[in-house]
Amino acid sequence: MSSYLTEGPTLRQWLTTTDHKKVAILYAIAITLFFFIGGAAAVIIRLELATPQGDLVPAQTYNELFTAHGVIMVWFFLIPSIPSVLGNFLIPLMIGARDLAFPRLNLASWYIYLIGGVGTLWGMLLGGVDTGWTFYTPFSTMFSNSHVIIVVLSVFFTGFSSILTGLNFIVTIHRLRAPGLTWFKLPLFVWAHYATSIILVLATPVLAMTMVLIVIERLFQVGIFDPALGGDPLLFQHLFWFYSHPAVYIMVLPAMGVVSEIIPTFARRKIFGYRFMAYAIMGIALLGFLVWGHHMFTSGMSMYAGMTFSLLSFFVAVPSAIKVFNWTATLYKGSITFDAPMLYALGFIGLFTIGGLTGLFLAALALDVHLTHTYFVVAHFHYIMVGGAVAAYLGGIHFWWPKVTGRMYPEMWARVAAAMLFFGFNLTFFPQYLLGYEGMPRRYHSYAPEYQLLNVLSSAGASILAIGYLLPLCYLAWSLFYGRHAPSNPWEGRGLEWKTLSPPPVENFSNPVVVHSHVHEVAGEGAA
Amino acid sequence: MSDFQLHPVAATAHAAQVDTLFYCMLALTGTVALALAFLITFFSIKYRKGSNARRDHPPTQNRALELSWMAIPLLLFLGVFGWAAWLYAQAYQPAANAMTVFVVAKQWMWKVQHDNGRREINELHVAVGQPVRLMLASEDVIHSFYVPAFRIKQDVIPGRYTSISFNADRAGTYELYCAVYCGTAHATMEGRVIVMPPADYARWLESGDQADGLSSYGQTLYRQYGCSGCHDAGAGNAPALTGLFGQPVQLADGRRVIADEGWLREAILQPHANRVAGYPPNMPAFAGQLQEEELAALIAYLRRK
Amino acid sequence: MSLTTIDDAGRLETVRLGMWAFLASELMFFGPLLLGWAYGRISMPDGFAWASRQTDLWLGTLNTAILLSSSAAMALAVQLSALQLKRQVGRCLLACAALGVVFLLIKFYEWHREWAEHLFPGPDFAGPAHTGAPYFFVVYFSATFLHAIHLTIGIGVTLTMWRRVHKSLGPLPQPALHAAGLYWHFVDVVWVALFPMLYLVERTP
Repeated sequence: MSSYLTEGPTLRQWLTTTDHKKVAILYAIAITLFFFIGGAAAVIIRLELATPQGDLVPAQTYNELFTAHGVIMVWFFLIPSIPSVLGNFLIPLMIGARDLAFPRLNLASWYIYLIGGVGTLWGMLLGGVDTGWTFYTPFSTMFSNSHVIIVVLSVFFTGFSSILTGLNFIVTIHRLRAPGLTWFKLPLFVWAHYATSIILVLATPVLAMTMVLIVIERLFQVGIFDPALGGDPLLFQHLFWFYSHPAVYIMVLPAMGVVSEIIPTFARRKIFGYRFMAYAIMGIALLGFLVWGHHMFTSGMSMYAGMTFSLLSFFVAVPSAIKVFNWTATLYKGSITFDAPMLYALGFIGLFTIGGLTGLFLAALALDVHLTHTYFVVAHFHYIMVGGAVAAYLGGIHFWWPKVTGRMYPEMWARVAAAMLFFGFNLTFFPQYLLGYEGMPRRYHSYAPEYQLLNVLSSAGASILAIGYLLPLCYLAWSLFYGRHAPSNPWEGRGLEWKTLSPPPVENFSNPVVVHSHVHEVAGEGAA
Repeated sequence: MSDFQLHPVAATAHAAQVDTLFYCMLALTGTVALALAFLITFFSIKYRKGSNARRDHPPTQNRALELSWMAIPLLLFLGVFGWAAWLYAQAYQPAANAMTVFVVAKQWMWKVQHDNGRREINELHVAVGQPVRLMLASEDVIHSFYVPAFRIKQDVIPGRYTSISFNADRAGTYELYCAVYCGTAHATMEGRVIVMPPADYARWLESGDQADGLSSYGQTLYRQYGCSGCHDAGAGNAPALTGLFGQPVQLADGRRVIADEGWLREAILQPHANRVAGYPPNMPAFAGQLQEEELAALIAYLRRK
Repeated sequence: MSLTTIDDAGRLETVRLGMWAFLASELMFFGPLLLGWAYGRISMPDGFAWASRQTDLWLGTLNTAILLSSSAAMALAVQLSALQLKRQVGRCLLACAALGVVFLLIKFYEWHREWAEHLFPGPDFAGPAHTGAPYFFVVYFSATFLHAIHLTIGIGVTLTMWRRVHKSLGPLPQPALHAAGLYWHFVDVVWVALFPMLYLVERTP
């Protein structure tokens, strides 16, 4: 039987495909592009910060660079990364479906994403935006002279891609599970995407509308957020963080899903505490909607509001802790091998733990007052979003690479890259915690000389990180042509996706899938 | 690359307390992180494929264990929450004898108005052991007043007052940063807080080019803008303002407020939305008419009146 | 088709679930405006109330009646489609779309008048500045405009359904009709919420 890759090979057929597997690959290509554009901005930022003086680029350019880095990495890489690539490819395979519930909508999501992305790049080429990815008002509406409107509208537009993807996943998971595949037999990867989809559907429109309000205030000079016109700038922050805090979980829940697949596979045993893991995922998603105020402790909100948001933020740490403990417990009495995906997954646990624990410092009111708006926060969210989510994305890419491409990646190189990324990451971002506690504010183009040592360490780490990210790009591309052909199930994985060919046929499985027994154990015949 | 240090100088008692909390949390979270690292390493070695460790009956769940590692972190978290919230609430309440200083932020500088009329830019002189309460206002975008040595930070929001208090107990010069991104020259919106022994501070305060004091400037404005015409006439068509500051006020819309800086600001700028019960809506709105510095002077005058 | 095959009833359920998820998302679009409305009403009560009384109560009421009637037509269309009454379904859809257009025309007229009365917030705003009055009109114009966009999409969808019904030779496209119906009712319900918020609540003595 021919694989999905050989069917319809022309460019035109690729661009009009509704096959979820091909759409996933379209996404992978696009987000990789955006990742390296956003990464290039980060490289210049780190070079600039190697010396205390602002000597490499002018202040205005620096501000545009960190804005570009943030906007591109958040909306055009991190948010679509795992859901739109791995989720898109794997959810139908994992639940034994032919495709997503709305295949054409899926392709439409990609085009919407792409148009939003091109709009953003266009805005950057016109001269850039200098508001920071947070678009704080009234700076973004009344004071910035940069190309705010086009970028804000692009982010608005891209939001629809997120909404449609989330909607597609929700309906697919509800309606297209194979007979016998009940909710508590679903892989945790699918659970994580279900929770993520709920956030995508419910939080994204709030961001979208907030972006529209920025445009309205900027275009018509009517008061919404600017107090000089009768508006309230904190209203913007509430709306923005109502989306942007759950957005952190959009990035990290799918990462948890990936790790929850990799660890049991390479420990060769079932995940420990499956049900608690599923509850924890849903708990994080729901509590995530209630903690946005912890981004605003120093904004002058009332003391009692601050205490409420602080308390809720500590609550949301509990399900995260459960997950880390359960992954660790899954190693107990396992039979562990350390292939590259496992290295990424173990790295994820380490970095996510550090990121999560430092999150407690930021949830603690008196400490947050000192630490917020400093490099401590920068380090914290990079540990979660890069150390966590990107490590899991790369781990997932390696784990399912044989399934997606039908080729094995070069194991030795992959382990080298995983190790480099782990050490490079820590060297880049751990010093930033110290910088933050010392009081260096974020988004500073130049800084006091006493901060230089740590900044130099960070920049040195960033250069290792840069090579670490380029390495997989090279050897994965190489493996497409020269890699060993992959068997259906190279890792002895238990999920349904391993029951079909590598790469899968267009219709995913050749026979109807029926699930009789427990999680991941399929009695019905799937494979050809 | 000069004097590297792990934490900045602690120049207030609050800063020292924050450091204690920080190091306790560091010890707690560090222990958890090291324990996890140890377990993962230990399991990875012991249960590597091919090792002869016993693997019979690998557990797939253990309710008691799972509940305990939910409950124990939760209790620890509640403890940390309580400690940090208590510390925060303490810093939130200014001391009764705090000295009020008005600070206006604008792109990209800090303007300070002392009570005696002395003004300074990008510098704030205070005395050791004197509790200080800053009334922060912004002329343009959001800024944030951040002094790492005091471990305090407060966003400065245009269109309202925010306030922050401290009591420096160590003489010295400390960095003041703008911590919320505010445009092109954000990184250079720096200043210094200079904490002086009381005698030096008194000398400093008297030197320089201060005019007649902030409240007498306010009094001048009070006449210029015609406030005295109604408020001092005793005619009953406007509330008397003598001794008003800090007192509760019944408003026409049913709210009961304390006449503090924040409310006086609102009442001057938007009198209709803040009308005092029993008085006609005669007063013109001053929104857009007054500079931040004039507003500060007026309020300083009303405090004294 | 070898995998989880879906029969027509299954397809109907799938499409309906998708539409509900979409409407949940749509509701959140209006969320910031609802929050902005509540914020204005609480923090600037006087100006906000004054501005609210400048809206045209009669045109608002008329439009509410029109939109409710259109929803009735849509509901009828969906119910009749189960009986495969092609011609009646088509007529109901047309009536529904026509009522939607009338709503939009009245809304445009209303906006036009408000513009002429300088109620659009900006430098030459007719009401008292700095009181919450311009803020009310920001909320008013944003919310009604967003609603009008939704209604325009709804009219487009309804007309497309009418064409499909008109041209169809086989059984009527039930899932699509149900989805279109849900969407139309949502747009109606949003108006039913906006009407009291923007027109009525500040007129209570």
